[in-house]
Amino acid sequence: MGALTLSLAPPDHADDLSRHVRRDADCESFEVAVTGARCAGCIAKIEKGVTALPGVAFARLNLSTGKLLVRGHDFAPQAVLRRLRDLGYQARPFEAAETLSAEDAEGRFLLRCLAVSGLGTVLAMGLTDAVWYSSDMAPALRQGFFWLAAVVTVPASLYAGRPFFRSAWKGLKARTANMDLPISLAVVLALGLSLYQAANQAAHTYFDAAVMLVFLLLVGRYLDYRLRDKARGAARHLLALQSLLVRRLGPQDTLETVSARDIAVGDRVLVAGGERVPVNGVLEGDTDLDVSLVTGEVLPKAVSQGMTALAGSIVSGAPVVLRATARVEDSLVADLARLLEAGQQSRSQYVRLADRAARLYVPAVFVLSTLVLGGWLVVGASLSVAVTSAITVLIITCPCALGLAVPAVQVVATGRLFRRGVFVKSGDALERLAEVDLAVLDKTGTLTLGMPVLRNAEALPPGLLDRAARIARASSHPYARALAAAAGPGPVAQGVTESTGQGLSRGAERLGSAAWIGARGDSPLWYRDGDGAPQGFDFSDVIRPAAPALIEAMRTRGIRSEMLTGDRADIAARIAAEAGISSWQAGVTPQQKAARMESLRAAGRKVLMVGDGINDAAALALAHVSIAPGNATDISQRAADMVLRGDDLSAITEAVDVARRARRLVLQNFAVAVAYNLTAIPLAALGMVTPLVAAATMAGSSILVTLNALRLARG
Amino acid sequence: MEGMGMIILAALVSGLVLLALLLWAFASGQYEDLDGDAVRILIDEEDAAEP
Repeated sequence: MGALTLSLAPPDHADDLSRHVRRDADCESFEVAVTGARCAGCIAKIEKGVTALPGVAFARLNLSTGKLLVRGHDFAPQAVLRRLRDLGYQARPFEAAETLSAEDAEGRFLLRCLAVSGLGTVLAMGLTDAVWYSSDMAPALRQGFFWLAAVVTVPASLYAGRPFFRSAWKGLKARTANMDLPISLAVVLALGLSLYQAANQAAHTYFDAAVMLVFLLLVGRYLDYRLRDKARGAARHLLALQSLLVRRLGPQDTLETVSARDIAVGDRVLVAGGERVPVNGVLEGDTDLDVSLVTGEVLPKAVSQGMTALAGSIVSGAPVVLRATARVEDSLVADLARLLEAGQQSRSQYVRLADRAARLYVPAVFVLSTLVLGGWLVVGASLSVAVTSAITVLIITCPCALGLAVPAVQVVATGRLFRRGVFVKSGDALERLAEVDLAVLDKTGTLTLGMPVLRNAEALPPGLLDRAARIARASSHPYARALAAAAGPGPVAQGVTESTGQGLSRGAERLGSAAWIGARGDSPLWYRDGDGAPQGFDFSDVIRPAAPALIEAMRTRGIRSEMLTGDRADIAARIAAEAGISSWQAGVTPQQKAARMESLRAAGRKVLMVGDGINDAAALALAHVSIAPGNATDISQRAADMVLRGDDLSAITEAVDVARRARRLVLQNFAVAVAYNLTAIPLAALGMVTPLVAAATMAGSSILVTLNALRLARG
Repeated sequence: MEGMGMIILAALVSGLVLLALLLWAFASGQYEDLDGDAVRILIDEEDAAEP
């Protein structure tokens, strides 16, 4: 909803930021999420500005993550936030426990493994190539080269292979065979077999194959990690943005600014016009509430003393004091929070394509190598020949290209969508998006602009709109803003007084409710100059220009559309007709939206949910896959799988197209990898695979799979 | 054939040195902010914040 960004200047710092600051023996560190920094000028301005503050010894902005790290002694965290705001950047503190302790050890570990196995591969190839290309090498010299290769590759593979060994072991303990089991076996057996061969003066060893296998698979693993890390970073950023700051009234009506999480039941909170209600509470005065984020109703409601205000509503009238009846954690409807959790669980049950492939592939490989072992023994070969052949089959069928097949495509696909303004939070969200056959869309703020727009501008007497707008510009009430928007830029009247729940007046001119003006009619807003004839203004929510095209694009792709809204049926019917949606439901509560998702899932439908409000969050979490527009509430952005950077709905069509192409490419990649391996298996089974063939199939299929993935980057 | 042992030894040692350098670069955070590093060169020296 646009209203969030239009809020008046919020309190810029909490009086107590101690829980955001980490104290070590010799310094204090403080991390801030900075939004809006994009260039060298920003870095210089921010770092210079913050370092100049008293007590700050060090400030460094990470442009990739938008994180500013401040270190020093006895500096005031509030001053840092204020300085950033003065420089023109939005700044929110990270929780100290949230970030500094959770260093991404996994990424560094994978990177170290990648470096070790990369070097091992280069050295091993140099050492074993010498053997392959000189047929007349003396056996003793060849032996020397093999032992050198062993010295390099055995430690390198065992060190760098740990991510696979750990995962395979974890899988075994849980009694499941994942892709890492044949990988780990292939690496260990290749090393063991090669040591045996080298000791027995055989002509072939597989030292280079083992370490190359680890290296290529780690590339895929690292790409996968980078995807997940990017998504985690975005989630952390959202969490920081949620650390809402509020004004609390003390015993003698003194104001103090605190983190919303510190509000206890019974506390009195001052909420100014344009600000969000932080917790559920009872109002101590009259005002207007914009509840479109909470229920989907577009037109603001007049509320009076003693009524309840729900968290997430926006105060659009006069400032009001609220007595909290719940803490922040309990303020979202408890059911909603529970549904969110349930959705995340059902989603984690989704089996990714790579895992489905592994379930077929892993048993097949083991059966095959057992058959080879048995076959050789039956025809009377020696045990060593039979074991060697069986191990060669394991090595050659090792799913090297399979490990790259999915991450390579997903990295290219998410990169392409990112440039288009779609942020994909996880790789398997793309897989799920490719399966969608039904799109469920929220109305308010998704299909529509989510704010009232003046409808009867043409019917007004000439000049009246300009006169009314001059007064309206002095207020942040949604109707006043709509009026000002319809009139375009212009002057603001001086000396306007606002009467809560009634309207605006300036001298004899009045702009407000029918009763206050002394007019009769259905229009929610009226203008009257002295005793002149009153003139009413009508408002309604209007559809986004891109919405009908989106519905049509979905239809041509075989995806039906459905609209769910908490708003009134007459408004819903009009919007649905304009968008071209035939099936819709109005007056739907958040719980009913979630229940609809459950029943569609039970009916076997794969639902794409698009929504922005708090009332959509549970449905977003429960849908097969979900997208939130960039203007969505924080909780919806967290619940959704993908977030649009702007509110351009046509990006959704492109996301579906890219997801479907990505799925095709992944399946092609599986085919390529399997076909490549299949050609080598007969050779391996017959004991005819030389290490050269092993290396060529492995590297060849990996390169092919990567090149195939890159096709997605173009056109 | 005399020099070959030396060459192989030199290759192994230089490889290990390179690996050590790379691991040191990872540990010292040189790959943490590639976007930022790309534009930091544009900051004028006298304007730059003290590191």
